[in-house]
Amino acid sequence: MMDMNELIEPFARLVEDICTPAAVRRIEEGGETGAMWSAFVDSGFLDALVPEDAGGAGLSALEAAPLISLLGRHCVPLPVGDTMVARALLAKAGREIPAGPIAIATGTGVTPFARTAAFLVTGSPEAPTAVAAAATQTGVHHDLDGYADVADSEGLRPTSAVVRALLIAGAAGRVLEMTVAYANDRVQFGKPIGRQQAVQQQLAILAEQVIAARIAAAIGVRSGFPARLLDAAIAKHGTSIAAARSAAIAHAMHGAIGISEEYDLQLLTRRLHGWRLADGSESYWAAVLGGARLASTADTSVEFIRAA
Amino acid sequence: MFDKLTLSVLPDEDEALRPALREIIAGAVAAIPLDRRARSWQGFDAAFSRLLGEAGYIGLSLPRKFGGAERSPFTRFVVVEELLSAGAPVAAHWMGDRQSGPLIAHYGTDEQRAFYLPRICRGEALFCIGMSEPGSGSDLANVRTRAARGDDGSWLLNGQKIWTTNAMHSDYMIALVRTSGTSADRQSGLSQLIVDLKSPGITIRPIVDLTGDAHFAEVFFEDVHLPPEALIGEEGQGWKQVTAELAFERSGPERIYSSVVLIDAWTRHLRAVGRLDTATLRLLGSLTAQLAVLREMSIAVTARLVAGESPIVEASLVKDLGTEFEQAVPQLIGDDLGAHPDEPTDNVLYRTLLYLTHVAPSFSLRGGTREVLRGIIARGLGLR
Repeated sequence: MMDMNELIEPFARLVEDICTPAAVRRIEEGGETGAMWSAFVDSGFLDALVPEDAGGAGLSALEAAPLISLLGRHCVPLPVGDTMVARALLAKAGREIPAGPIAIATGTGVTPFARTAAFLVTGSPEAPTAVAAAATQTGVHHDLDGYADVADSEGLRPTSAVVRALLIAGAAGRVLEMTVAYANDRVQFGKPIGRQQAVQQQLAILAEQVIAARIAAAIGVRSGFPARLLDAAIAKHGTSIAAARSAAIAHAMHGAIGISEEYDLQLLTRRLHGWRLADGSESYWAAVLGGARLASTADTSVEFIRAA
Repeated sequence: MFDKLTLSVLPDEDEALRPALREIIAGAVAAIPLDRRARSWQGFDAAFSRLLGEAGYIGLSLPRKFGGAERSPFTRFVVVEELLSAGAPVAAHWMGDRQSGPLIAHYGTDEQRAFYLPRICRGEALFCIGMSEPGSGSDLANVRTRAARGDDGSWLLNGQKIWTTNAMHSDYMIALVRTSGTSADRQSGLSQLIVDLKSPGITIRPIVDLTGDAHFAEVFFEDVHLPPEALIGEEGQGWKQVTAELAFERSGPERIYSSVVLIDAWTRHLRAVGRLDTATLRLLGSLTAQLAVLREMSIAVTARLVAGESPIVEASLVKDLGTEFEQAVPQLIGDDLGAHPDEPTDNVLYRTLLYLTHVAPSFSLRGGTREVLRGIIARGLGLR
C-alpha cells in the first residue's frame, strides 16, 4: 500500500482549486464543464482504480475511498468517482473505455450526475457497457441528476451504492465542520449559539451521524470493487439515514440562512438528499439485508454480521 | 473530525478464542430461559464467573504476574461480545473485570495488586462500585460520604451510597468518598477506598426494580473502620481516578448488545411463522445493519485503546449511538409483534420483549446519561 497522504494531498489540492463553490454553481446553472473535466483527466486520477497492467495506478477500493469522499466533500459536479470506478470495471472486462465523464446508472430511477455525464455505464460488474448518456431532467432546481431509464443494471447497484455512500460520508463530514464553525461564530443573545446546551446536544448527534456514516461507508469498500451485496447494503443503509439526519440538524442549527441559495450549506444538503435516494434508499437496502439474514443459517445476529 | 476512528480488524489470535469460549458459554446458558439471558449484564452467577476465571477469560488485560493474560483490548472485545451476544450472566465478575481490576492495576500498591488481582482473575473477589449518593446522582463532585483519618492512618467511614449494582452479592466496594473539605469544594478532597463489605457497621438494602429484580442496593456506612491500606491511589485524587475509570467503562462493546438476544429470538420467531413480507424484512435488515455499523465503531474505539490512547470522546459517541439502538430494539420489535395479533407468540419471547421494554430506560443512564455524554462530545467538537 502506498503512502496515503502522498496520494490524497495532491488530489485534495486539485479538487479544492477547481471545485470552488463558485465553480460548482456555474456548472449547476448550465455552465460548461470542459475545463474542470480536463483538469481531472490531466491529473491521471481517473485511472486510479484501473489495474496497472491496463495502464492505471492499480489502487484498491480501500485506497481510493478517501478520494471519492473528497469529491462529496467539495460537491464536485461531475461524475469523477463514478468514472474512476466505471473505467476500472471496463478495463477489467477488456472493454473499450470512452473518453469523457461516465456515470453509473442502475435502474429507471434517479442517476446522480446523469446531466454532466457523456456516458452511462450499465450492465453488470463483469460485463459493463458504456452507452451515450441520455437522461430526463428531474426538474429540481439546479439538479445535475437525471432519470436514466436503463434496464438490467441491477448488478451494478451494490457498487454504485457504495460510491454514493462514500460521497455522503464526505459531504456529511463537511456539513459537520461548517455547522460547528457556524455555531462558534454566530452570536445570539450575547453569546455564540454553540454555548447553548440545546445546540451542543444537537451538534453531538450530528457528529455521531457523521462518524457512523464514515464507518458505514468504509464497510462498503472493505472487500473492494465490485462491492459485495451485504457490505453495500450495510453501507448504503447507514449513510442514507445519516444523510437525512445530518442535513436536517445542520439546517436547524443554521436557521434560515442555511436554506438561502447563496449560502454553501445547500450545495451539500441537496446532494445528501439526492444520494440518499439514488441506488436504493435505507429501506431498499434494509429489505435486501433482512432477506439475507432470514435465509442464512447463522444462529445469532453477531454470527451473521461477522460472516457478512 | 475524529479522523482516527477508522475501520479496524480483530486480530486472528483473538478471533481464535471464539470456539472454546463458545463451548463454555453454551454449557452455562443452555438451561437459562431467554428472558433471564436478556438480563446478561445483570445476570449474577458467581459459579459461572469462577468457571470463566479458571478458563482464563477474566482480567485478560491485567499483568501476567498478578494472574492476568496481558492481552490487548481486542481480546476483551471478542470475549465480551461472545458473552453478551449469548446472554451469559456476567454481573458477578463484570465490575472487577472492567473497572476495579484495571483501577487497582493502575493506581494500586504492589501489595494491593498482589492481594486483589489474582482473585479478580479467578472470578473469586467480586467488586461493586460505590459512586452515586442520595441527592447527587451523576453529580459525583457532590459526594458527602466521608472517611476521616485517624492518627494511626486508619479510616472511619460514615455515609450512604445508592444505586450500587449488586452490592449485596459483592465482596468489596470501591467507594468514592470525601476525605477532606466539604461538598462546596467539589472535585477536590475526594478519594477512593476499597471497602470490605463484611466489615462491621455496613448495612446493605436491595432496591427492587419494576421488573421484580433487585440489582441495585442502598449501602449504609456507620462508623466503619478501615485499615490504612484501604486507600487506593492518592488521597485527594479520587476525582481524577474516577474519570479515568469511567473511560474504561464507556469504551467497551457492552453498549450495543443489551437487546441482541431479543433480536435473535424474534428472528427465530419470524422463521417459525414463515413471515417474509417486505415490512418484516426491512425491520430485520435495518436492525442488522445498525448493529453491524455499531459493532465496527466499537472495534474502531477498541483499536484506539490498543494504540495506547484514551478515546473518551469517541467512546462517548459510540455509547450514545449504541444505547439509542438498544433502546429502540424493544420498541420496534414490540410494534412488530403487536402488529401481528393473530400470530402465535411464545411466552418466553413475550417476557423477553417486555422485560427489555421495561428496563430500556436504564441503558442510557448507566455509565453517564445521554445528555452528559453529548456534553463530552460537544467539548470534543470545541464547543465548550
